[in-house]
Amino acid sequence: MSVATPVDTAEAAVRSSRRGFLQAAAATAAGLTIGFHWSGPLSRALADPVKDFIPNAFLRIAPDNSVTVIAKHLEMGQGTYTGLATIVADELDADWAQIRVESAPADASKYANLAFGTMQGTGGSSAMANSWMQLRNAGATARAMLVAAAAQEWNVAPDSVTVARGVVHHAPSNRQATFGDLAVRAAGLPVPDKVALKDPKDFKLIGQKLPRVDIPPKTNGTAQFTIDVTFPNMLVAVLQRPPLFGATVKSFDAAAAKAVPGVVDVVQVPRGVAVVAKSFWAAKSGRDALKVAWDDSKAEKRSTDGIMAEYRALAEQPGMPARRDGDVAAAFKGAAKVVTATYEFPYLAHAPMEPLDAVVKLDAEGCEIWCGDQFQTVDQANAAATAGLKPEQVKIHTLLAGGSFGRRANMGSDYIVEAVSVAKALGANGTPVKLQWTREDDIRGGLYRPLYLHRLEAALDNDGKLVGWQHRIVGQSIMGGTAFAAVMVKNGIDATSVEGAANLPYAVPNMSVELNTTATGVPVLWWRVVGSSHTAYATEAFIDEIAKAVGKDPFAFRQAMLEHHPRHKTVLEMAAKAADWGSPLPKGKGRGIAVAEAFGTYVAQVAEVTVAPDGKVKVDRIVCAVDCGTPINPDVITAQMEGGIGFGLGAALYGAITLKNGQVEQTNFDAYQVLRIDEMPKVEVHIVQSPEAPTGVGEPGVAPVGPAVANAVFAVTGKRIRVLPFAVGGTA
Amino acid sequence: MSVAFTLNGKAITLDSDPDMPLLWAIREVVGLHGTKYGCGIAQCGACTVHIEGVATRSCVTPLAAVEGQHVTTIEGIDSKAAKAVQTAWIGLQVPQCGYCQSGQIMSATALLAQNQKPSDADINEAMRGNICRCATYPRIRAAIHAAARAMEG
Repeated sequence: MSVATPVDTAEAAVRSSRRGFLQAAAATAAGLTIGFHWSGPLSRALADPVKDFIPNAFLRIAPDNSVTVIAKHLEMGQGTYTGLATIVADELDADWAQIRVESAPADASKYANLAFGTMQGTGGSSAMANSWMQLRNAGATARAMLVAAAAQEWNVAPDSVTVARGVVHHAPSNRQATFGDLAVRAAGLPVPDKVALKDPKDFKLIGQKLPRVDIPPKTNGTAQFTIDVTFPNMLVAVLQRPPLFGATVKSFDAAAAKAVPGVVDVVQVPRGVAVVAKSFWAAKSGRDALKVAWDDSKAEKRSTDGIMAEYRALAEQPGMPARRDGDVAAAFKGAAKVVTATYEFPYLAHAPMEPLDAVVKLDAEGCEIWCGDQFQTVDQANAAATAGLKPEQVKIHTLLAGGSFGRRANMGSDYIVEAVSVAKALGANGTPVKLQWTREDDIRGGLYRPLYLHRLEAALDNDGKLVGWQHRIVGQSIMGGTAFAAVMVKNGIDATSVEGAANLPYAVPNMSVELNTTATGVPVLWWRVVGSSHTAYATEAFIDEIAKAVGKDPFAFRQAMLEHHPRHKTVLEMAAKAADWGSPLPKGKGRGIAVAEAFGTYVAQVAEVTVAPDGKVKVDRIVCAVDCGTPINPDVITAQMEGGIGFGLGAALYGAITLKNGQVEQTNFDAYQVLRIDEMPKVEVHIVQSPEAPTGVGEPGVAPVGPAVANAVFAVTGKRIRVLPFAVGGTA
Repeated sequence: MSVAFTLNGKAITLDSDPDMPLLWAIREVVGLHGTKYGCGIAQCGACTVHIEGVATRSCVTPLAAVEGQHVTTIEGIDSKAAKAVQTAWIGLQVPQCGYCQSGQIMSATALLAQNQKPSDADINEAMRGNICRCATYPRIRAAIHAAARAMEG
């Protein structure tokens, strides 16, 4: 079932152009691996006029001895620049101090996310996993060429040359050279077809707590975000969007807006009416004075209470099968005991600290875009379609993003298309235009984590063994109606609606997971950890309820059902041990545990909470164990677990976007509350030393925190929290 | 109408709308971009500057209110406390996306200027107005304690 989103002619126009990469993405999903073909037509590395050594698309070595790693992924806080650079630098045997990182241009032929197929973009915690072999090869190739250059210069055998910490050395003759010294000669050598990679035991940088490359400018105000981009004569646009999703402009009166000093123009674009001025403040003041009449005949006018009531009714009806094991009906028929629970999850906004923004320079020849771009290939296609250009005429400069949590990656490229459409409405005359969202625009702007309802039933036999599992999920599809649908929606099942549920790791012989996909006019999107942002809560809170029903310890109950899932089991045991699971706690305090896998990373968390006599919950500590394969940077992993826990806890405690008669009731951080420092628990992170290929850490830490805390609250109060956030459903 | 004040130690006069929030005067008239817009209603602290040494939300402070005052932004901090805070921020690898961190550092610096040995409760009080969506809070807390220790030594 498709998701009804506000009709937008620009978005409709680009659908056909998306088919190209969609087909490629489908081919990739079918098993085709996109090769590492950076040598391509340039089988020789060409030195540029300043004599840089550029062996491939991912690094550049200059005569000043700097090594610049080209990052194909957006740095939005998750530490990807540092991780990507570490992989290259280790195989290169570079010194960490000589490493610089710069953002790759939008060019899917070189910078595709191999996990997505042939499109460039960041998401699904995939940066390390998809770059691992690609960047190891890139670094090792450059190293081999530097060794060859040194051997040639010194007239010695290549295998007598060593490299360590950025210095190339020939011990027998006691000669050495820096990478910079060798750059020119290396640039003239052929690129080898195949190079040997390190034995992991020889890693020097991978596994170390290297300092992040992006931190110093983030402590003195010099880090440049999109909001900081300025050009002479740049205009700033603020867009008045419809008050209801799906409403459109009927008419507008720009007189008062145009009377505001600094306002240059007021233009209608497909998504609303833009006030364009010489500064943000003038544009915002102009928008405050703007009068728009809306046609809301096709708008979503329901309230979230009403939508949830419909979901409750839908949960009584069978959905499309996402998983069927054994004979569930028979299991329930013969059950000694049945446990049932329903969990409800609200819409959630991403609310990154930097409100959405993009700077666009558009003329007849092309379009140049500056933004914290998370979805370059999609954004190129959408910007081109809006501007009437070809995708290759759209040049994107990817800047640091002040957070995203998924918001800056969306199939309609909403904030970029808006900026391009304003530049077009102004005459596509080459004047740079910055489109700036306010916080109110952000909170009310849609593309939320969908509202969901989960209904679960468990069948237990006479021995208290879990023999049947019936899980019904009701909610909107994120992928339906988008270019990803062909790959991600199969037989009516959007994989992102059921991830974390359809792959439940516990050994239950008879299992059914069903999905009832709904349609509303509220636009939805992936939100940090995507499906597991609700499925992990539903399944891990419910497992706890079952354990209680059969009088088993929640940790031991899970442990016994994870024999065939050793990575889940390992993190579960690691977190329990580190938290001293089972040891007595003072009155008013309790522990809860949860485990979840997301994007190939396994996380278990034990929450310790204090519940005050008035019911107020304080989370004292989270003990977290994570298995993300080979740990590339333990400090970045720790930081992402800390951050994921704070993000997930804020949502569990307070997060909710509600609609009344179609109108979003929250507008800013006063009503859309997020976690603040006084409610942040102590976090202790334990990392599994795994030899497996690395997986991502940006999102998975979010998944278990809600259920771990809810289970801990239950341990104190005996009350289950089945309606999120806790502020609403605290005593369900 | 013009507003005269001291910005980062230098006298400055701005011929701008006196009702314009100080945040936008700093960002768009003066051109200093370290101070960030996050909410516009004094809920997130990304816009925090010092006015006469006091951490203040510049997004709700009209330009006219700083007539004759000393205003300091992230670009202008160089006190002992500021250096200790910035050093601790790097040492403990506090920032993630970094967008809120100018405001966090301005609030932390103002706290340490007044209270050389803040408790966890003091930190909560001084810092709860600064939102970090990346939730770098454990490291902010640890870095403030580290900066306090460094200032002792």
